[in-house]
Amino acid sequence: MEHFFFFYFAVIIAATSILVVALRNPIYSALSLLIMFFHVAGLYVTLHAEFLAAVQVIVYAGAILVLYLFVVMLLNMKQDERYHRQWPAAAVTGFLLLAEGAVVSMIKGRSAPPAGDAAAEAGGPGNTEALGDVLYSTYLYPFEVASLLLLVAMIGAIILAKRNLLGSEAET
Amino acid sequence: MTVPVSYYLVLSGVVFLTGMVGVLIRRNIIIILLSVELMLNATNINFVAFSEYFHNVAGQVFVFFALTVAAAEVAVGLAIIIALHRSRSTINVDDFQLLKW
Repeated sequence: MEHFFFFYFAVIIAATSILVVALRNPIYSALSLLIMFFHVAGLYVTLHAEFLAAVQVIVYAGAILVLYLFVVMLLNMKQDERYHRQWPAAAVTGFLLLAEGAVVSMIKGRSAPPAGDAAAEAGGPGNTEALGDVLYSTYLYPFEVASLLLLVAMIGAIILAKRNLLGSEAET
Repeated sequence: MTVPVSYYLVLSGVVFLTGMVGVLIRRNIIIILLSVELMLNATNINFVAFSEYFHNVAGQVFVFFALTVAAAEVAVGLAIIIALHRSRSTINVDDFQLLKW
């Protein structure tokens, strides 16, 4: 049963991610990325990460993708240009990575799972509580740095997208 | 967890590969940013799979940080796209050659 769900989500994720790259219209690409985000959230549920599944739907599908669609419809681009001439390099690099993945998965994949400590069990008292415990104690400093990163990104986005920030002559 | 972790790694590799090929071959700069999102999602799948495999919740915490980076990247990247489209009125990456040497 878990195999069935995994293969369903995996096939849909792989197919929609290929569609994101292959489709000609950016709106269709963004919508197939939306489908992919929902299926990644389903994959998180099968991995007992329910809180992350909710965050995935809310943040990715709700905020980031809406921003993408907003910009796509704001710019109203043509859809004539598609690929550029860098595809031999892309083919070589992709083939190398694929071969590396195949070799690594051929060599060994089945070592015994290490015994994790029962206190940090992912599905112990509840996923959200465990996540909050770790996030606000062990990873408190990276959490603050992440908030600083969001602040910097917000200010940067405002400055970059604003037309005349310091009067009309300051912008080039 | 009856599904072995290598299946998740293969899926993540396929998604990451697709995103990287998209970054390399597409000309539309919005599709390039969407491909970067694909790659970030591939790493997130890896993080969650290993978090389940090692029974350690720290992998899911790092998904949060990757999510933060993704949100910041989208905000700044789309602002750059809007600024580029305003100054050049195109978003084809072949037309932006100012930094090419």
